[in-house]
Amino acid sequence: MPSLKDLKNRIGSVKNTRKITKAMQMVAAAKLRRAQEAAEAARPYADRMAAVMAGLTASAAGSDMAPRLLAGTGEDRRHLLVVLTSERGLAGGFNSSIVKLARLRLAELRSQGKEVTILTVGKKGREQLKRDFGDLFVHHVDLSEVKRIGYDNARGIADEILERFEAGSFDVATLFYNRFESVISQIPTARQIIPAVIDEPTEAGASSLYDYEPDENAILNDLLPRSVATQVFAALLENAASEQGARMSAMDNATRNAGDMIDRLTTEYNRSRQAAITKELIEIISGAEAL
Amino acid sequence: MADTMQFDLVSPERNLVSVPVREVRLPGAEGDLTAMPGHAPAIVNLRPGLVTVVKADGSETEFAVTGGFAEINGESVTLLAERGHPRAEMTQAIFNDMMAQAQRQVKVAQERGSVGEEVVAAAVKLLADMEALGTHIGLDPNQSNFPH
Repeated sequence: MPSLKDLKNRIGSVKNTRKITKAMQMVAAAKLRRAQEAAEAARPYADRMAAVMAGLTASAAGSDMAPRLLAGTGEDRRHLLVVLTSERGLAGGFNSSIVKLARLRLAELRSQGKEVTILTVGKKGREQLKRDFGDLFVHHVDLSEVKRIGYDNARGIADEILERFEAGSFDVATLFYNRFESVISQIPTARQIIPAVIDEPTEAGASSLYDYEPDENAILNDLLPRSVATQVFAALLENAASEQGARMSAMDNATRNAGDMIDRLTTEYNRSRQAAITKELIEIISGAEAL
Repeated sequence: MADTMQFDLVSPERNLVSVPVREVRLPGAEGDLTAMPGHAPAIVNLRPGLVTVVKADGSETEFAVTGGFAEINGESVTLLAERGHPRAEMTQAIFNDMMAQAQRQVKVAQERGSVGEEVVAAAVKLLADMEALGTHIGLDPNQSNFPH
């Protein structure tokens, strides 16, 4: 049975932990709001880009001239998995869920006899994948110095991916990230970016209405790399919002657990204090009786 | 026909400008062009340069953009640019940054021989356009301290 002093110390330390998790939760809440605003602000560009791409590809996809970023290399043998995770932990299942999805896909691809390579963004995913698949890593992008994710970061990552595609080191690239649904729900998502997957055009035949200058293929060649960067950017922003959301609910849980623990320890503390007092009284009374 | 149309300048990070305008002068990849209300629908690639916006009251605003593309139709012009700054806010520091980026692209293209002549030529052209933009608005293209 722990002494009263021990119990008191434990209560003190759990209280400190609760203060920290509470503070982290509030910080995450503030960051989440900013991350959501950033994701919101980036939407018009991505939407426009997707709309124009849909129009363009509708006319270009059939022809033999279609760029390789759209049509693919004609093979489906070598896959690049781009795993986007966070730089910091203590975010509940945020990183594990992305890594789990990537592992599943990797196992599936391997069982089909395909070659797989991995590009990681963020320290946590790299740590989790390193032991089993360290030999598959081709590159790692470190964002730990980045305070606020900007388009330049996304372009850096996109350039790494595109360079490897140009060099012919993979056929298909897939992004793994967490899609932000709400504070309590982030959905691990895989999204193929090369060859480009184009959403169905919203207005059928919209493309034919436009004049293109220069011609469609030239614009498409210019647009496809940008579109890759835009998609990476969107994924990074979704991930940032998801990370803060996951951290917020994880820290909320931790704070509540600490509160429960404090209650339990306090009850135990009071009981043992009362037991000690009773014991002393008994000793005094039996001492008096013995006289 | 309405005498104004909607103009939006959108960067990947946020919506920069959204105003009704009378005309927009764009630096197209194959030559400058002006879009006015009722323009035939077009999608145009842009080179680095100045976009001039004429508002309904006739006042002009200029923006420096580093390329991108514009979607034009009769009622609106949407310009998607990776970077866009109002001319008044263009400082040497921002321009240096843009120049350094263009120079890096040329270098990367030249080092990777595999990409072919076209890509190198495109990167060199981009750099030249960027320099022209700087000279045009009175900024020195040679101050960017990108190692050659």
